[in-house]
Amino acid sequence: MSFIEAKNLVHEYFRRDEDDNVVDVLTAVDNVDLHVEAGQFISILGHNGSGKSTLAKHLNVLLTPSSGSLFIDGKDASDEKNTLKIRQNAGMVFQNPDNQIIASVVEEDVAFGPENIGVPTDEIWERVEKSLKAVGMWDYREHSPNKLSGGQKQRVAIAGVMAMEPKCIVLDEPTAMLDPDGRKEVLDAVHELNKKKGVTIILITHYMEEVVGSDYVFVMDKGSVVMQGTPREIFSDVETLKAHRLDVPQITELAYELKKSGVDLPDGILTRQELLEALRYLDEN
Amino acid sequence: MALELRDITYKYSAGTAYEITALDHINVTFPDGEFIGIIGHTGSGKSTLVQHLNGLIKATSGEIIYNGQNIYDPNYSMKELRTQVGMVFQYPEHQLFETTVYDDVAFGPKNQGLDDKDVALRTYEALEAVGFPQELCDVSPFELSGGQKRRVAIAGVMAMKPAVLILDEPTAGLDPMGRDEILNMLKETHERTGNTVILVSHSMEDVANYADRIVVIDKGQIKYNDTPKKVFQHYKDLEAMGLAAPQVTYFMNDLKKAGMPVSTDATTVQEARDEILKLMGRK
Amino acid sequence: MLRDITLGQYYPADSLLHKLDPRVKLFGTMIYIISLFLFDNLWGILWITLSLVAVIRMSKVPFSFMIRGLRSIVILLLVAGVFNLFLTPGEKLASFWILTITKEGVKNATLMTIRMVYLIIGTSIMTLTTTPNQLTDGLEKSLHGLTKLNVPVHEIAMMMSIALRFIPILIEETDKIMKAQMARGADFESGNIFQKAKNMVPLLVPLFVSAFRRAYDLAQAMEARCYHGGEGRTKMKPLQYVSRDRNAYLLILAFFVIVIVLKVVF
Repeated sequence: MSFIEAKNLVHEYFRRDEDDNVVDVLTAVDNVDLHVEAGQFISILGHNGSGKSTLAKHLNVLLTPSSGSLFIDGKDASDEKNTLKIRQNAGMVFQNPDNQIIASVVEEDVAFGPENIGVPTDEIWERVEKSLKAVGMWDYREHSPNKLSGGQKQRVAIAGVMAMEPKCIVLDEPTAMLDPDGRKEVLDAVHELNKKKGVTIILITHYMEEVVGSDYVFVMDKGSVVMQGTPREIFSDVETLKAHRLDVPQITELAYELKKSGVDLPDGILTRQELLEALRYLDEN
Repeated sequence: MALELRDITYKYSAGTAYEITALDHINVTFPDGEFIGIIGHTGSGKSTLVQHLNGLIKATSGEIIYNGQNIYDPNYSMKELRTQVGMVFQYPEHQLFETTVYDDVAFGPKNQGLDDKDVALRTYEALEAVGFPQELCDVSPFELSGGQKRRVAIAGVMAMKPAVLILDEPTAGLDPMGRDEILNMLKETHERTGNTVILVSHSMEDVANYADRIVVIDKGQIKYNDTPKKVFQHYKDLEAMGLAAPQVTYFMNDLKKAGMPVSTDATTVQEARDEILKLMGRK
Repeated sequence: MLRDITLGQYYPADSLLHKLDPRVKLFGTMIYIISLFLFDNLWGILWITLSLVAVIRMSKVPFSFMIRGLRSIVILLLVAGVFNLFLTPGEKLASFWILTITKEGVKNATLMTIRMVYLIIGTSIMTLTTTPNQLTDGLEKSLHGLTKLNVPVHEIAMMMSIALRFIPILIEETDKIMKAQMARGADFESGNIFQKAKNMVPLLVPLFVSAFRRAYDLAQAMEARCYHGGEGRTKMKPLQYVSRDRNAYLLILAFFVIVIVLKVVF
């Protein structure tokens, strides 16, 4: 069985009046099938309000399905007995770096997760060291989080999740509030965890550049998965992406514009190198 | 008429052991009616600089001249300056506080001492400019989506009809379409009213697409103050400051290095496309 | 500027006092405060002063840091001193106009001033040598017995440490919102007290909204990291007594015994 398996997953928000009668139903996740293998790097793309964050919160059992099924590492997410085990196995990093750091010292914050699941003191120290080193924040272990940059805070948050030794990390728009440097730091750290430690990554984002390195991409709109495929397949269809309030990286856009003007280029060009080679090929022939 | 900074220096905790020079002898003029982009690495001093422009921060030394008057003159009205030089902070939706969208946007014009009719006029005008549906004016701003809140917050500053509109990363956290909508709205208002727009941004692509002129700040000093085409030619210098050029500028340089006779000054997708088409067409 | 305020006045140094278990320091401070209100003669003052000086030297914290806290209570000290001086009935020493100074008045005023000053210095020593986190840990552990009386000790300690973490963030946020509203023409300075209170609304509402949003986010982040209350939790830095803590307890007790002896004998 695959690591994450969602079938017909639906999540509805109910708005109630003072007498607790339902006045409005909002379907935030609408009949989603999701299939993720262990060790994959998955991106979920979508504009603000597309339902991608609601979906992400199911993977950590912060929300449970209104209907349909969700299994994570073979455990049923709808069964309350599995909640803590799933949260430990599928850690979650959130958008706002300030609002997810609990302690006033970096190392104590990383220890928060292991403390909650009852890891013995000696092992907590080992795990904290390992996790902080994995994200390159070991030198800051005694610092106050308030003095760190946004990218550094997010790396501390990732270390805090790593210290629970999860098989999977779900990142819900981890870079939305960061500057370009911070975004790169966080993305590099996440890719490294995926490659070196084999951690499954689910990256939720609306920055197109960030999905280029992933194995598989899901695009969401109005609560449904509207496109899926490799980044190249996704970026081949610029028109559809734009219809879903998204964009493509600038180089892909340039290739698309050239193609529209009659230059014979292949679809789904992602990098400068690819575009250069394609133009050179045309130039030589 | 213009906004002019003369030899502005600003030091945090001046006179103590923790003194940090945030702005170091800045000289720059923002002429009326331009769309200016300010770029700089986090901590370069760009946010500190723009907060000087409407007197929220007072320089340690130097003077600021707005329309021929020194704003540090004891008789100068800061309140008047703030209605002339509007400032939209980062994540401006965090300052919403009124019970309805209308009241929130009307807060600025009311503080300007306008009568009810003018306040209403300006409020509706600003909401229309940001593309906010009029029928939602009586809704609580806290019930809106993130993108809508952002528009209302920007309208709250635009309703004061400032001659100079400063925006500190107005698109942070928005999705691609939301970002384009806000920037297009700013450009459209700029062209319609001829106001000065000062856009602080982390996105090289955004300033390249929208600004007439780019001011680059590094370590509290102004390094470049020129057109996007000229500024982004120095992409190696910019990288040393933790900045970059738009991806298409890099690509044009790639082409040139590969021996293709192209000009490398394109900063937008359209310019790059036209330049490459010219090259292909010539063959 | 608002962000210049540093909260929690911990002074990092490598002293015996810094290394002591926070529970010992809490206990010591309590005994010290009780002693301050027990002594009523010269010998008592001498003994307490001597002990205080010894502890100050041990802490390796500059004395100027300890008396900083006094500045804010100077007025209070003066007022209380004057009241004690003039309004205590007893043996007349001097009088002019309608005011009378009595022997008891002089004694009361002196004792009161010494008590207040020593109280501030003593508690400052504790907060200067103990990080806020150690302090909450110490409180949680010392008060653990109250859990049996259904007092949520763990939760209170957790709230305290989270509050300490968020105070600087909220101060910075206040600064930012204030500037943003000033840019829209808000005025936080002029007007009478009612207008001033009303003018605070554009600052307070966003601040509350932001605090609630942060609280919601934080609760979610804590849950995501398997937080489920104090039950079954382990600690990265558990409090453990070592021999110096035991010795400190003995010294504190010895100090207290001498205070009592001095009070009873003289």
